[in-house]
Amino acid sequence: MTDTSLEITGIASVQPAQSQVDDYLALLKPRVMSLVVFTGFAGLVAAPGTLHPLLAAVAVLCIAIGAGAAGAINMWYDRDIDAVMQRTCRRPIPAGRVAPAEALAFGVTLSLFSVMLMGLAVNWVAAALLALANGFYVFVYTVWLKRRTPQNIVIGGAAGAFPPMIGWAAVTGAVSLESIALFSIIFIWTPPHFWALALYREGDYAKAGVPMLPVVAGKEETRRHILFYAALLVPISLTPVVLGMAGAIYGTVAAVMGGYVLWLAIRVLRTRDDASARRMFGFSILYLFSLFAALIAEHGTAGALLARVGGLG
Amino acid sequence: MTAMAKRGYDSEVHRRQRSKNFALLVALLAFVAVIYLVSVVRIGGG
Repeated sequence: MTDTSLEITGIASVQPAQSQVDDYLALLKPRVMSLVVFTGFAGLVAAPGTLHPLLAAVAVLCIAIGAGAAGAINMWYDRDIDAVMQRTCRRPIPAGRVAPAEALAFGVTLSLFSVMLMGLAVNWVAAALLALANGFYVFVYTVWLKRRTPQNIVIGGAAGAFPPMIGWAAVTGAVSLESIALFSIIFIWTPPHFWALALYREGDYAKAGVPMLPVVAGKEETRRHILFYAALLVPISLTPVVLGMAGAIYGTVAAVMGGYVLWLAIRVLRTRDDASARRMFGFSILYLFSLFAALIAEHGTAGALLARVGGLG
Repeated sequence: MTAMAKRGYDSEVHRRQRSKNFALLVALLAFVAVIYLVSVVRIGGG
């Protein structure tokens, strides 16, 4: 890429010598990765059956690396819009600390590595799901939907919903109704989570030409959509209880915190201010963490968990 | 850029390159260790 094209896309001239290890770690979107790893681990723990602790650790590592790789490829593809958005302009590529081609090579290499390792070390069903998740995030969400439709996050959200299903498949070697239930929770959780962010970052998305719902349909419509999805999320979050894979602890957490999510969504619609949208965005992260933490807690203490995962108990 | 400033820049570039090389070495060693341990577990019927 020439300097002129870099100027056109708003990316600072690249000085790869300036890049540090931290910049490559930043390409992996570590904050997103933490949620992905956590939900993947929950799927692994909740699944019936046993898996050697080392293979369980490798499965979680592959989920983490795969998610990070998809994030790096996403940053490579979106480098033009990242450069004009306040939230993302300091990322390694738009800031000129990592060359775009290097980021792409980094992402593709790690993606292939994670899928191959998952297949060879754990099983090929989990590897296929990991490949599907990565492909969905890169090709369906990033390349196809993100810049074309306000429903980008609704369909694209499926990519982030795969980890518990991958964790489950790592243990069982199959996809089942229970793992689809865990998938559905994250799938329905994603739109209101990102729309809450888009409500107070609307200007950023508009400047970058990303057709997020508040930009295309307006804030009022977005608030109604958030409430609709929040209302849908509460019963969906209770399906693990109905299916018998979760009990009272999970059910209580899902009901209480789901109720609070619903209340926050109503507040977002009523108050029409950024503060309530920020609160909704922040709490939605805590909500998802809590749901999956409750699921992990219900499957035993750390010692019992290790024994179960390791097939020792 | 003065000679002194250039020397400082060069040493900074070298320091960053060294840390990237070191990180790559650690990643490669970790990869070898993972493949070795997975092989041991799989061969052992885990």
